Amino acid sequence: MPGVMATAADGLSRAPLQDEGVRTIYEKSQPGRRAFVAPPIDVPVRPLDELLPARLRRIEPARLPEVSEPEIVRHYVRLSKRNFDLDSGFYPLGSCTMKHNPRLHERIAALPGNARLHPLQDPRRAQGALELMWRLQAALSEIAGLPHVSLHPSAGSHGELAGVLLTRAYHEDRGEERTRILTPDTAHGTNPATVAMAGYEVVKVGTNEYGGVDVEDLRAKADQRTACLMLTNPNTLGLFDPRIEEIAEIVHGVGATLYYDGANLNAIMGKSRPGDMGFDIVHFNLHKSFTQPHGGGGPGAGPIAVSSEIEPYLPRPQVVRRCAGADGQEPFFDLDDDRPRSIGRLRGFQGNYGVFVRSYAYILSLGADGLQSASETAVLNANYLMARLTEVAGDYLPPAYERTCMHEFVLSGGSMRRQLGIRTLDLAKRLLDFGFHPPTVYFPLLVDEALLIEPTETESKETLDAFAEAIASILREAGEDPEIARGAPYTTPVRRLDEASAAKRPVLRQPRATPLGA
Amino acid sequence: MTRYTAVTDSDLREMLATIGVGSVEELFADVPGGSRLKRPLDLPPGKSEQEVYEQLRALAARNVSSEDELSFLGAGMYDHYVPALVEAITTRSEFLTPYTPYQPEVSQGNLQAMFEYQTAICELTGLPVANASVYDGPSALASAGYLAKLHNGRSRFVVSRGVHPHAREALRTTSAGWGTTIDEIDLHNGLTDARALAEAMGDDVCAVFVAQPNFLGAVEDLDELVAPIKQSGAVAVVSCDPIALGILRTPGESGFDVAVGEGQPLGNRLDFGGPSFGFFAAREEYLRRMPGRIAGETRDADGRRGFVLTLQTREQHIRREKATHNICTAQALNALSAMLHLSWLGQQGLVELCELLVQRTAYAREQLAAIPGVTLVHQQPVVREFAIRVDAPVERVLERCAAEGVNPGYALNRDYPELGEGLLVAVTERRSRADIDRLAEVLSVAVAAERAPAEVA
Ligand SMILES: Cc1ncc(COP(=O)(O)O)c(C=O)c1O
Repeated sequence: MPGVMATAADGLSRAPLQDEGVRTIYEKSQPGRRAFVAPPIDVPVRPLDELLPARLRRIEPARLPEVSEPEIVRHYVRLSKRNFDLDSGFYPLGSCTMKHNPRLHERIAALPGNARLHPLQDPRRAQGALELMWRLQAALSEIAGLPHVSLHPSAGSHGELAGVLLTRAYHEDRGEERTRILTPDTAHGTNPATVAMAGYEVVKVGTNEYGGVDVEDLRAKADQRTACLMLTNPNTLGLFDPRIEEIAEIVHGVGATLYYDGANLNAIMGKSRPGDMGFDIVHFNLHKSFTQPHGGGGPGAGPIAVSSEIEPYLPRPQVVRRCAGADGQEPFFDLDDDRPRSIGRLRGFQGNYGVFVRSYAYILSLGADGLQSASETAVLNANYLMARLTEVAGDYLPPAYERTCMHEFVLSGGSMRRQLGIRTLDLAKRLLDFGFHPPTVYFPLLVDEALLIEPTETESKETLDAFAEAIASILREAGEDPEIARGAPYTTPVRRLDEASAAKRPVLRQPRATPLGA
Repeated sequence: MTRYTAVTDSDLREMLATIGVGSVEELFADVPGGSRLKRPLDLPPGKSEQEVYEQLRALAARNVSSEDELSFLGAGMYDHYVPALVEAITTRSEFLTPYTPYQPEVSQGNLQAMFEYQTAICELTGLPVANASVYDGPSALASAGYLAKLHNGRSRFVVSRGVHPHAREALRTTSAGWGTTIDEIDLHNGLTDARALAEAMGDDVCAVFVAQPNFLGAVEDLDELVAPIKQSGAVAVVSCDPIALGILRTPGESGFDVAVGEGQPLGNRLDFGGPSFGFFAAREEYLRRMPGRIAGETRDADGRRGFVLTLQTREQHIRREKATHNICTAQALNALSAMLHLSWLGQQGLVELCELLVQRTAYAREQLAAIPGVTLVHQQPVVREFAIRVDAPVERVLERCAAEGVNPGYALNRDYPELGEGLLVAVTERRSRADIDRLAEVLSVAVAAERAPAEVA
C-alpha cells in the first residue's frame, strides 16, 4: 500500500531480489557462455594475417559479457522492473509532455518497409518514406503557421542549434554581423547552451510580475547587435505571454529573428500558431507533443518550421515533391541536396525517420479537431489540477503566478519549506512512495522551490484527483513528522543516492584489472 | 473526447466548476486576437486506428527494403541481423516510456543499462570514459570538434577525406560560429595521405579527424597517423565502425584521444537513417568536457549499490551558456539496443562475427574484381566494405541490377568524383556466399551491357 511508511529495516516493502541490488551483466559473465551462434563461414577461408595484418588487429578481444540468452533476457527484464514508466503511472514532469504513447505507432514503425529501409535507397524505391516525410512536413507547417519545414534535427536542442545557425546564415547573407542572442531568465538550459555553441553571446531578459517577458527590459536590450530572441510561449512557467505581438514587433524592429522553442506546443495546437504570433523559426519536439516515446532519454526528433525569408538556408537534404501529380502524372518525392545557400547537414542521412512515422501516425489519428481538442484538454487538465492543488495545498504550495495557466503550471514550495520544514525535493521523493512520478523540480530557476507540473491531456480526472490527494497527504504527514518526507523514498528499489560522491570519485564503467587506453 | 483522452461531459462540467470558469475557451483568454487561429487546422479529420494502420502500411509497402531485394548498401548504416531479444526488451513499457532518469530511485534499470553500455563502448574503443550516447555518428564527430575547441581554443580543423561525407559536413555546419577553418586531407591509394596530414599539422590545429575503417572501407594505420597529431598538440579524433572494433586495433591502443562513431550497426534497425545513436569515448583528461549524460555508480542511503546521472556540472541544465554541449534528449533506447546486441554477441561472438565478415568480404571483393570492367579502387585491408570502380556509368549499372532485385551498393561519384564510377559494396552476415555469387553474376551482366561497345570489342 503506497503511502505507508516503511523503514529501511523492516524489509517488507522491498522484494529480497531488489534488496541485494542487481549485479551488472559483466558480473554475471562466465568464460565460455554465449548466446550467439555465428552463421557458417561458407567461403574459402584465407589466413587472417593475409587479409588483415596483425599490427592492424586488436591485441585482446573487447571484454564483453559472456552470458547465455536466458540470462540476458532475465537480466534486462529485471532491470526494467527497476524503472518507473509512463505506461505504469502518472508522470507529470513539467516541460516534458509525458502523454500516452500509442502502441499502434510501434507496430507501424516496425513494418519492414520502414524498419529495414536503407537510408541510401534510391528515392525512386523509397517513395512511401519520402511521401510520409513530405506529408509530415506539410502538417507541421500548418500547425506552426509557417510555410517551410525541415525534419532534419535530431531533438529539441538540435533544432535550436539549427535555428540559431539559420539566423546566423540569414544575417550574414545580409552582410550583418550580429553577436548577441536574447533569452529570458525562464529559458530552458538548452537555449543559452545552444547560443554559446553557435558562437553568440547570451543576453538575459527579465520576467515581469505576471510571469511574462519584461518588455521594458527587452526594449532596452534589443539593438543592432541582437541576432535573435529565443522564446517559448506559453513559457516555462506555463503562462501565455499576452504581449507576444508587441514583443515580436520590438524584435523585428531591430532586424533580429524571433525563435520559438516548441517544447510547449502541446498547449496551443489548433488554437494559436507561432507563425501567427510573429515567430520566424520554430522547433518541434516530436517526442513531446507528437507521442514519440522518450525511451529513457531519447530518441526524439526536432523538426523546424521557418518563414520564407529563412527557407533558403534550411539544412539539406530537403524532402520535395516534384511534378505534383498534374496531368495525370504520379507525383514524385525526392531528396533535394542542391541547396546552395543551405547551412548544410547537422547529422547523417535524412533525420530520425522512425520518429517521423510515429508522429505522422499520431497526426493522422487525431486530425485537425483531435489535435485542437488535445491541446484544449491539456489546458483543462492543467487548470483543474492547479485548482485542486490550490484547494488542498494552497497554504503550503501556492501557484507561483495566480493566473490561468496553459498546459502546465508552477507551484512554489517556499512556504512549505518554511512552515513544514520539507523541501520540494523531499516532496518529490515522497511522491515516489505514493506511486507517482514527481513533477519537474527546481525549474524554472526564478521560482523558489519550484515544482513544474504538466499533467497532459491523456490523464483522467480520477488520476488528477488522486495526485492532488497524494500531495495533500504528504503535506499532512509532514505537519506531523517532517522526517518521513526527508527520508523518502522507502518503497523504491533503492533509496536516495549519494550524488556528491558519484561526482567526486566517478565510477563510470565496470572496473577491469588492466587499464584502458594506457 | 478523442481516442487518447478521457474527459466525459460530466467530468468537463465538474472540472470547469472547480476551476471557476464557464468554458474551456475562457482558459485561452491570454491569447491575443491576432495570434488566434480562427479556423480549424487545414488537416484531414481524425481516423480510426485501423484506418491509420492500413494507410501507413500501404505507404510502407511502397518502399523497397532490405527484405525486398538483395542489398549490399552500407556507407554508414548496415543491414546486420538484430536478435529478437532486442525488440522484446526495448518495446517493454519500462524501457520505452520513461523520460531521462531525473529521479534515480525509480530509474535504476535505465541507469544501470547506461553504465553497462558505457563499459562496452570503453572496451570496444580502448578508451577509459564514454558517455551514454549522442544523436548519431556525424553529429558525434561535430561534438568532438566542440570538445576540442573548448579544450585548446585553436582555430583549424584537419579532416581526412576518409571521414564520412555526412560527418565532414556536420562538422562544417556545426562549427559555423566558432571562428574555425577546415582543411581536408586527400586519400592516397585508399588511405589518408599520411604525409599530407603530417604537413598540415601546426600549433594552430585544434583537432584532427580520421575514420576507421575509412569511407572507402580501407583500414587505416592509426598508429602512423597519430604521431604527427600528438606532436602538434591537437586533439586526435577517430570515427569508428563499432562492429569493426571487434577485430581492429583500438583507438586507445593507437593513442587517439577521442573515438566517436555511428552506433547503428549495433542492434539498431536501418529505419531509413534513424533513430540510431552516436557513441563518444575519450581519454580521462577530456572527461569534464564530454557532451551529454554520463551514468555513474554510487550508494544509496542504506548503503546499497545504485547508479545516477553524474558530472552534471558539464550540462546545459546546470551550466547553461557555459555547458560543454547543448544536448539534452539523446538516444538512450538506441544505446540500450546496442548493449543488448553486444551482450548477445558476447566476447567470443563479436570476434567470430568479425572474422566471418572479413572472410566473406574478401570473397566478395575477389569475385567482383574478377568481372571484366570492374577494378578495385584500392588494395588496402578491409573488414566488411570495399570500393570498386566500374567501367560504365555507375547509375545505369545500378539501375540494371535493381531490375534484377539486386542492390550492389552506394554510388561514390557524387561524394568522390575523383574516383570516377565508384561503388561502395558492404557485406554483412546476412549476405551468404550464394548472395555474393548472385551479386557477381548480376553485376557482371549489367557492367557488360553498359560498357561502351568500343571497349567491349
Ligand atoms: C522548454 C524546453 N526547451 C528545450 C528542451 C530541449 O529539448 P530536447 O530535450 O529535445 O533537446 C526542453 C526539453 O527538455 C524543454 O523543456
